[in-house]
Amino acid sequence: MATPIIELKGITKQYDDGFVALTNINLTIEQGKFYSLLGPSGSGKTTILRIIAGFTNATQGQVLFNGKLINELPPNQRKVNTVFQNYALFPHLDVFDNVAFGLTLQKRPKKEIKRRVLDALKLVQLPGYANREISELSGGQQQRVAIARAIVNEPAVLLLDEPLSALDMKLRQDMQYELRELQQRLGITFIFVTHDQEEALAMSDEIFVMDNGKVLQSGTPVDIYDEPINHFVANFIGESNILPGKMLADYQVEFVGKSFECADGGMRANEAVEVVLRPEDLDITTADQGKLVVKVDTQLFRGDHFEIIGIDADGNEWLIHSTNPVRDGKEIGLTFEPEDIHVMRFGEKEADFDARLEQYEED
Amino acid sequence: MKKSKQFFMVPYFLWIALFVVAPLLLILYQSLTDGQGHFTIQNYLTYGSSSVYLKMSLNSLWYAFLITVITLLISYPAAYILSRLKHQQLWLLLIILPTWINLLLKAYAFIGLFSRAGAVNHFLMFIGIGPKQILFSDFSFLLVASYIEIPFMILPIYNAIVQLDPALPNASRDLGASPWQTFRLVTFPLTLSGVKAGVQAVFIPSLSLFMLTRLIGGNRVITLGTAIEEHFLTTMNWGMGSTIGVILIVMMFVIMILTNDRKKKRREVLDDEKATH
Repeated sequence: MATPIIELKGITKQYDDGFVALTNINLTIEQGKFYSLLGPSGSGKTTILRIIAGFTNATQGQVLFNGKLINELPPNQRKVNTVFQNYALFPHLDVFDNVAFGLTLQKRPKKEIKRRVLDALKLVQLPGYANREISELSGGQQQRVAIARAIVNEPAVLLLDEPLSALDMKLRQDMQYELRELQQRLGITFIFVTHDQEEALAMSDEIFVMDNGKVLQSGTPVDIYDEPINHFVANFIGESNILPGKMLADYQVEFVGKSFECADGGMRANEAVEVVLRPEDLDITTADQGKLVVKVDTQLFRGDHFEIIGIDADGNEWLIHSTNPVRDGKEIGLTFEPEDIHVMRFGEKEADFDARLEQYEED
Repeated sequence: MKKSKQFFMVPYFLWIALFVVAPLLLILYQSLTDGQGHFTIQNYLTYGSSSVYLKMSLNSLWYAFLITVITLLISYPAAYILSRLKHQQLWLLLIILPTWINLLLKAYAFIGLFSRAGAVNHFLMFIGIGPKQILFSDFSFLLVASYIEIPFMILPIYNAIVQLDPALPNASRDLGASPWQTFRLVTFPLTLSGVKAGVQAVFIPSLSLFMLTRLIGGNRVITLGTAIEEHFLTTMNWGMGSTIGVILIVMMFVIMILTNDRKKKRREVLDDEKATH
């Protein structure tokens, strides 16, 4: 394997007031991929970005860039550029001078600066905006200028701190496509901080799910969605039915008082576990054919699907996504395949979790 | 509703009319009449043709400029450091505190400190340099005037620095600027509004300092402020005093116009661009 472009080893960050923002963070960032740091606000994801950019120092641990220790390197000497959450465009400079800021500092020839700035503006679809003032731009346009200002310096890694959070829904979705396309075209490594799970799932090659200053799980969007490591990840990424259960034996799990075949194993017999069933994996059938029987409580039309809440005989709520409507108050059966059941152990470490999955699941 | 609003504005308009507009008109009237109340521009001709007044005006501008530069050089770093301290409110209070003390009292305090038997000369004698003539020198005048004006420079600059989005200097560092380049290209230009406000607050009052020129400067420094005082209180030439007053007011307006934010002539650039398309 090639040397990772950025490595964080055992990073811990404690602020002067004693608040611990990060605990023992280990990340490996490879060249040319799109990474997301995903977590609720206060989970430490922006702190990681600030440590990589050099705005703040880690209390403990190492930051490696192409294998070299850069803990003490000031931000202006690091080959990374940042797109800030509020864009941080310089209000006293126009669009051209904002984008040219980095190149001017490098004392590039005037001609080259002009060509590269105009190219960068074309790349973010703002040709002809060079002489505009920042205050004249809409949020989406400022966003693009901020991206142009960063990529014009051809950084090895681009850090993006929730850059889409201030945009409206439609624009945000458009920008997701554009960012993904831009990343693939330029081949620059992107590290994208977001609290929006859909954004992370849609754009990333790899996601780091964070909470409380720790990385809970890392993996491809599909891995994380299908095999969340714990209750928090299952709940934070997508919607899910999470139920307490008991592992009877390998490939045999009990929940809501019944035993089901499943695809997980490697746990102690009768170990207490949590079971995840995604709402879209539950299929509706007649009451006598269902593995479970629930009574329809409420039903919402979401445009591309119906969101149905059913209640079973024990009073558990079940969230079901279906393309067809059902009648309110009717008893319906639910079926699912053994591999739709995902079993989570309590307090399992990511390394153990990955090893167990490898052993017990045939992909 | 509208009537009551107008009613509450009456005191304000009365105040402006009685204490701002009327005195200005009176000064203008005085400067344009001779002792018998006849219209004349003789006072202005005298001012324009006299090398004494010209020198005084230049003197006033020069000393106001020096005071402003000295205060600015001290205040900007002070405000910058202040914005990074822990107990900012306490430090701010300590800076504002001296402005609550009467100017005259402060002047007398300095006379005590700087006099031949004062604390400063005691210290100079102790380290073997003194005693020296400190009082009634340009040095002491500039020092005391700057001391008095510093809070009025620090406060607007401090406000501008505190309002600066910390992401902007960070962005500058991120794009490859050293700390000094960041200050020169981002922090200073974006806090310039505070500097301009501070310059206005210091330069304009410094034009007409007269008490300090006498008490601390020992009348070695003669400014337009001194001249006005002399004309009104000693030579009783109110016409000439008023004329110099008008000149001072004009100077103040010029300073205000020079330090105001100019609107950029950006429209032309845009129009050019349109024309080429």
